[in-house]
Amino acid sequence: MIQTLLQQIINGLVVGSVYAVVALGYTMVYGILGLINFAHGDIVMVGALTALSSILFLQEAIPGLPPVIYFLFGLLVAIPVCMAVGYTMERAAYRRLRNAPRLAPLITAIGVSFLLQTLAMIIWGRSYHSYPQLISTAPLQIFTGVFVTPVQLLTIGLSAALMLALVVLVTRTKLGRAMRATAENHRIAGLMGVDTNRIIALTFIIGSGLAAVAGVMIASNYGVAHYSMGFTPGIKAFTAAVLGGIGNLAGAMVGGVVLGLIEAIGAGYIETWTGGWLNSSYQDIFAFIILGIVLIFRPTGLLGERVADRA
Amino acid sequence: MIKLLEARNINKRFGGLTALSDVSLSINKGEIYGLIGPNGAGKTTFFNVLTGAYVPEEGEFVFNGSELPLGRPDRIVARGIARTFQNIRLFREMTALENVMAGRHIRTKTGLLGVLLQTAHTREEERLTTQRAYELLKYVGIERFAQTLSRNLSYGDQRRLEIARALATEPRLLALDEPAAGMNATETGHLRHLIETIRNDGVTVLLIEHHVKLIMGLCDRVAVLDFGKKIAEDAPGEVQRNQAVIDAYLGGAHHAR
Amino acid sequence: MNNLSQAIPFFGKRNPKLALIILLVLAFALPLVAAIFGRTWVRILDFAMLYILLAIGLNLVVGFAGLLDLGYIAFYAVGAYTWAFLASPQFGVHLPFWIVLPLGAAFAAVAGILLGFPTLRLRGDYLAIVTLGFGEIVRIFMNNLTHPVNITNGPQGIGQLDPLVIFGLEINRDLQITDTISINSLFLFYYVFLGAVALAVLLIKRLQVSRVGRAWAAIRDDELAAKAIGINTRNLKLLAFAMGATFGGVAGGLFSAFQGFVSPESFTLMESIAVLTMIVFGGMGNLAGVIVGALALACLPEVLRSIALPVQERLFGAVYLDPEILRMLLLSLAMIFMMLLKPEGLLPAQARYSRIEHLPGMKGSGQ
Repeated sequence: MIQTLLQQIINGLVVGSVYAVVALGYTMVYGILGLINFAHGDIVMVGALTALSSILFLQEAIPGLPPVIYFLFGLLVAIPVCMAVGYTMERAAYRRLRNAPRLAPLITAIGVSFLLQTLAMIIWGRSYHSYPQLISTAPLQIFTGVFVTPVQLLTIGLSAALMLALVVLVTRTKLGRAMRATAENHRIAGLMGVDTNRIIALTFIIGSGLAAVAGVMIASNYGVAHYSMGFTPGIKAFTAAVLGGIGNLAGAMVGGVVLGLIEAIGAGYIETWTGGWLNSSYQDIFAFIILGIVLIFRPTGLLGERVADRA
Repeated sequence: MIKLLEARNINKRFGGLTALSDVSLSINKGEIYGLIGPNGAGKTTFFNVLTGAYVPEEGEFVFNGSELPLGRPDRIVARGIARTFQNIRLFREMTALENVMAGRHIRTKTGLLGVLLQTAHTREEERLTTQRAYELLKYVGIERFAQTLSRNLSYGDQRRLEIARALATEPRLLALDEPAAGMNATETGHLRHLIETIRNDGVTVLLIEHHVKLIMGLCDRVAVLDFGKKIAEDAPGEVQRNQAVIDAYLGGAHHAR
Repeated sequence: MNNLSQAIPFFGKRNPKLALIILLVLAFALPLVAAIFGRTWVRILDFAMLYILLAIGLNLVVGFAGLLDLGYIAFYAVGAYTWAFLASPQFGVHLPFWIVLPLGAAFAAVAGILLGFPTLRLRGDYLAIVTLGFGEIVRIFMNNLTHPVNITNGPQGIGQLDPLVIFGLEINRDLQITDTISINSLFLFYYVFLGAVALAVLLIKRLQVSRVGRAWAAIRDDELAAKAIGINTRNLKLLAFAMGATFGGVAGGLFSAFQGFVSPESFTLMESIAVLTMIVFGGMGNLAGVIVGALALACLPEVLRSIALPVQERLFGAVYLDPEILRMLLLSLAMIFMMLLKPEGLLPAQARYSRIEHLPGMKGSGQ
């Protein structure tokens, strides 16, 4: 019994740390623009598929290298590509809508999301691609009956490192201060000499870079990649951001991990709880239910202070 | 004098901040009652509590002989209290006429079924609503803009429209939140005339205003709020001579903190 | 239909009556013209009519009451599955359409209230995300409610649905007039759907210019001010959700009857977004725009398909952009460019909530 619980906690931490990384992108953009960047989840997909293509390319061109090299190469290509996509999206679409009526940016973001998926369908086709297992997925036993794989460990480690780096960036650097100032109030930050357009663009770039890494980690964990793979982690990461308190970096991280744990434990026990009526294929409803509950009863989230009824 | 509204020991807090502290006042039927005070004194909060936008922690309102339901704007309007907003809030995508027609909502009855079946009663009520709304536009003097989108009206006309919309709910008490804000001298003069007309037609008026001349010339009685407390309630002339009021406006001792 | 007829260039404003007649003739003749290009085009028009029905319903929620609903297709699903449960071998129940269709609408309305109730306090983008979640939850249940009792039959869906029989006339079968002349079932469906659309338009017009429609518009424009004039925003928002859902439910039932088969695949988020795009494309809030938007975006992908596929084959010898991709590309680009370049939509007519004829001495002037 206790093994099952421990195992689900480990699984939850792995998934949750990925949610947290993606949630940071949502929360940074929301904090600054008040926009739910619906297309952020699709950046995750672009990251995973770009990395896949570049890994396959390198394996073809220079076979026989250690797997880690291929993996790193995939990441190194995916990150800048995603950053470019994120920048383009802000520059070409969202920037023009800064002062548009309330629903316009959201509808545009939905459009961008579907456009990215369509383009991915054109480039990578509609099928599921199996993802090269460059980091071992051989389970290591840490307690009796409790397992963790190297790729899971890497996921947790890499996510933690990225989050730490972001926190340092935001709290310790001049750029971070400009970001916080812009989030507080664009206009005033602008008057104080902050180039807010640049800061907003950078926010998209940083968030997209994080999403790229998350994409590679997700695909490596599940061993598949696919044009619509970004949707579910995207909506869940958004849930995590709301759960933690949208606009709040620490909240996004806490929210991600908490959501991951709830989902994993819920999926592990739902069959017992519902007397066999529901099973783990209902796992995805947890995120939606939590999202609804948080928005309705505690819209400020676990750590947030922002009010939710902006529109 | 018959009391129309009596506020009894109203308290409203926001976190640690006390916005209204034990405010009691009473408004007589048929008078124009002014509510003044420095910025942040709690005037608009009082409006919001009265009209149900906020629920007070303590206190009650007795209106026309019975207690008002707290925090239920729709029922408060039905009882006969209508308001306008400091920063005008019209329905932007509707014409002036339609704004006022929307104001008839609470005094009309057509339900979903009536609408879908277009019963004779529905059609008749719709026609009456349109005509009544048009009359109200005439009453405030903007009937020539009946077909203009409210957002395209001039500032002064938007204020008038908001008053017409409030009047459409057939209030006994009309609460106006700084109706003269941003108006020039001519417009203020027209407004003053309009408020007097409304009162003469039997509607009691509660007025928040910064414009001292307007208050002094128009109001029968004035209450002064400062830091959420009522510090005076009297005829305008008396209030002007009240030392506490002078202190509050000129920055008395307690303002120095 | 007045708005729509006014949208007809030249005639619209000068001679509304003539324009209306032209419009009706066009609506009636459309499938006959389409049939010249092949029977599939009639089928496409049938679907377009269903999309119009959906767009009209969603527009009530989004355009009239200002509640952005991204899970609208769930109500379509409720209507469709109601038909599948109550008129198919799935449970061996075979009720006639005049029971199943209203039941589907009623269930959808209940679902609308179930969604509306908890989300009353939410506005704008948050409401959008929660409604999206609702749509997904419904889909997850459709996909998985097979165990321990098989209710939905999972991803395989439910087939062999009963045909639509109206007054003894089976719409799913060609109508045999003489031994040699018959009317194809696709035409029959078109006229049934057209009738449903006409009824929907009539009801929506009535709602729009009414006490209820004005209250919705008031809530959309400024909720606080709406409360301040005594509108019970809670009840009216629930009513908007329920009414919008009703249209979805009816459309869903008709869809089931038309297809003879339902599966969760037809009720994805993409479909919710597609209907939303139709509204945005045509002009949110105004009925004519919504109808034109739905018609255009339901037919355009098919037109593109028939042009783009042969062109691709001729040029590259293979098909790179399949029809599904073309459709998504078109919808997503329509959404983005419309918002960036013409956010008020293709037909940015003013939606009106009053009848000026009611004022003496102002007969039909204005506008």
